[in-house]
Parts: sequence; C-alpha cells; structure tokens
Amino acid sequence: MGYQKYDLAPLTHSIDQYLYSHLSSTWAFLAEMTLIGVVFLIFYAVIGLYLVLAERKVCAFMQNRIGPNRVGWYGVLQTIADLFKLLLKELITIRKADKLLFNIAPFIVIIASFLGIAAIPFAMGLHAIDFNIGIFYIMAVSSVGVVGILIAGWSSNNKYSLIGAMRSGAQIVSYELSVGLSLLVIVIYSGTLQLSTLVESQADGWWIIKGHIPAILAFFVFVTAGTAETNRGPFDLAEAESELTAGFHTEYSGIKFAFFFLAEYMNMFLVASVAATVFLGGWMPLHIPGLEGFNNAMDFIPPIVWYFGKTAFVIFLMMWIKWTFPRLRIDQLLNLEWKYLLPINLVNIVVVALIVLMGWYIK
Amino acid sequence: MNNESLVLFFIVAVALVGLAVGFSMIIPPKSTNPVKSEPYECGIETQGTTWVQFNVGYYLFAIIYLIFDVETVFVFPWAVVMNPIGPDGVLRNANGMRSFVEILIFFFVLGLGLIYAWKKGALKWQ
Repeated sequence: MGYQKYDLAPLTHSIDQYLYSHLSSTWAFLAEMTLIGVVFLIFYAVIGLYLVLAERKVCAFMQNRIGPNRVGWYGVLQTIADLFKLLLKELITIRKADKLLFNIAPFIVIIASFLGIAAIPFAMGLHAIDFNIGIFYIMAVSSVGVVGILIAGWSSNNKYSLIGAMRSGAQIVSYELSVGLSLLVIVIYSGTLQLSTLVESQADGWWIIKGHIPAILAFFVFVTAGTAETNRGPFDLAEAESELTAGFHTEYSGIKFAFFFLAEYMNMFLVASVAATVFLGGWMPLHIPGLEGFNNAMDFIPPIVWYFGKTAFVIFLMMWIKWTFPRLRIDQLLNLEWKYLLPINLVNIVVVALIVLMGWYIK
Repeated sequence: MNNESLVLFFIVAVALVGLAVGFSMIIPPKSTNPVKSEPYECGIETQGTTWVQFNVGYYLFAIIYLIFDVETVFVFPWAVVMNPIGPDGVLRNANGMRSFVEILIFFFVLGLGLIYAWKKGALKWQ
C-alpha cells in the first residue's frame, strides 16, 4: 500500500541504533528514555496549551466574539502567557485542608492522562507503547483520574468541592460503562484489542464505514459518553460555575489549578484520539476499495496529518456540543446513561455479534 | 519500546507536576493572613465542618455500576474472539454460533438484572 512510504519505524530504529552504537548499552538506554520522556513531555504540554486556546477561540466564534487576540498573532501565545502567570502565583493551602491528599491529587490526575497518551498510535511507526490490550489499557488507566478528582474534592475542606467531586464520581463511573461497551462494538468487528493492528485492519475502509449502522451508533454513543466522562459541557455538573464556583478544584490555586485544567483538556484529547483511532481509522488514510486512483491520491497525505485531522475533528465536535447545549440536571444525566445509552449499547452489541456471525459487514 | 517503559511515563508525569509545583513553592512571593486561608464559599465565614455525613444519592447506581463494570471485563475476551474471521483475514473461530448463543444467554440474564433494578426504582434519582 502507498501509505507505507511514510513509515516512521526506520527513523526511530536508526536513532535507536545510532545511540546503541555510540554509547554503552546502559547509557544508550538512559539517553533513549530521556529522549522519549522529553518529547512526550513537550508534546503533552503543547497539545494541552493549544487545546485551551482552541476552546477559547471556538467558544468566541460561536458566541460571535473575537476571543483572545492580544498576545501574539491572533492570540497564539495567550495560553503560554497564562501558564507563566500561573507558575508565578502563590500556592494557597487553606486552613484545615488535608495537606497530604490535597498535594497528591494533581499528581494522580496528570499521571492518569499521561499514561493514557503513551499508548496512542500517532502515525505509522510512531507508537510509544504498543500493548496487545491497547484499548483495554487506555480505559483502565484513564479511569484512575476519577480517584484524583475525588481526593481533590474531599481534601479541600470546602462544601462546593465535596459536592462537585461526588457528582463527578457518579457521572464518570456511570458513563464509563458506555465508553467501554461502545468500544466493544469495534473490538467485535476487528477481533483485536491492539491499537496498531486495529489501525492496520482499517486499510480497506474505516470501521465507521465498514461497520455501517452499529458502528455509527457506537460512534455517537462513544462521543456522548466520552464528553460526559471528561466532565465537559453539557455534562459539566461537577464544575457547574453558577452553583459550585469551580467544583472540585475551587480551592486550588496557581499551577496546581493549571494541572487540573491541563488534565481535563488532555482527557478530552485522549477521548478524541481513541474515537479517531478506533472508529475513524487513526492514521490510516481514507481508502475506498476499487478506486485505485483515489486511494493513491489519499496516500500522499502523511499519516500524521490524517491522525491529527481526525482528532481535531472529534475535538471540534465535542466543543461544538459544549457550546450548543444547556447543562443537564443530575437526574437527566443519570437517566440518559442508564435508561438510554446502556440498553442501546447492550442491544447494539448483540446486533453486531449477529452481523459478524452472518458476515453482513463490508469485509 | 517494551512494556516496562511504562515506568518511564509514570516518572515523567510525576516529574512534570513535581518540578512545576516545586518551582511554584519557591519562586512566587508569599503572604499570609487569616482570611486568606478560609475556604472559598460565599464570602462570609463558613458554617460548620465540611466532612459531615450526607446522603449519597447515587449509592444504588454505584452498586449497579459495579455489576456492569465486571460484566464489561468478562465480555472483552469474548469480543476479541467473536468474529469468525480474525484481523489477519484468516478463519479462526469455526464455532461462531456457539459464541453468539453464549452472549445471548449472558446478556439475557444481565438485561433481566437491569430491568429488575429499573422496576424497583433503583435508577430513579432521589
């Protein structure tokens, strides 16, 4: 296939071999680890900062405003300026807060989202950790974040924080079911949990096209549940500004607050990446069987552009949802999950099992 | 990269937060006064303690969640082998019908549980 000309594995292998041929194996190992760590750190920070900016810009355009446009060209440096401002702010720990838990909470939320990002395939051969249980791993790791949120709310010694954290717990826990079950649909189709194999299996068409109705249904359930799981509007009850000031991170100041904010946006990025990888083909270009010319033309666009394009599309979808719909009430929120999404998912899975058994999908 | 390198990502995440928080504890100017360390609630002094017992309205949801989450874990291995044709395009599970019937029975029992909880009013917010 044509897309293989952009395989980045030779590049990473040549860096690996260069390090191992010039240094002793211990130092080469350490250098490689440092390199990967630094690259991911920069990637994480830059994506997080620019998602905040993108959110503000999208929100502004949807509300017919201009948005940040003072720092840098079109405000592109706005969030970096914000970051430096937050770094130079005093960290306040309020009286009678549980100090140990209060300090641990930002670590947990950041670790949860950072470990999730590690398993995403960004482009062909650009994949930090390729587990054979990739999807399962991402679900498992990203659900640790709720522990951080609960700890943050509880330890703050603030009633708003406590209520926000409790709401957040109920919400994340409920919607996690739908996230898992909607991903199962594609797992049944493809027969693998490994993300690289999953992407390769979409070379003759993305699963949302090949899996027709159940896959489209699962995609919408996944985006809805993913939006809820990242505590974003219209499901942002945990930090409903008008009732709870800022929910579980009301008492956090300076850079600790920034980390909660960063983790929230990176969780959004993670959900969008998983949606793009599982349903929309990840870095795989759009291929339609039979149209050789079209497929070859699509192969000229590098996989990394495809990956970021699809992720950006899903992120935009989530922002669009956030700035369009009003906030739900807690009983509506739980009804949506337990009385609509969950039964839909269960039926959907049985239907997919039947479709797969009969071979009614596009192979 | 091998799977052990997950430790690396853990260390990098801890270092990211640790360094930034450490920087923020040393560099910025500090000042303290009694009002500043009050919880931010309404602007007036807070009443009573925060860590009180209160009605967790979704206690039942948490229990039902537990059942369904364990169920999801059970369904994952099934989902991987359900498709008679594997990701490499080779026929690997000739007995697809049996897997299908198994999941029908499994989901039937599970669905009964959900309907039971629904009828009992466990899915109603109080």
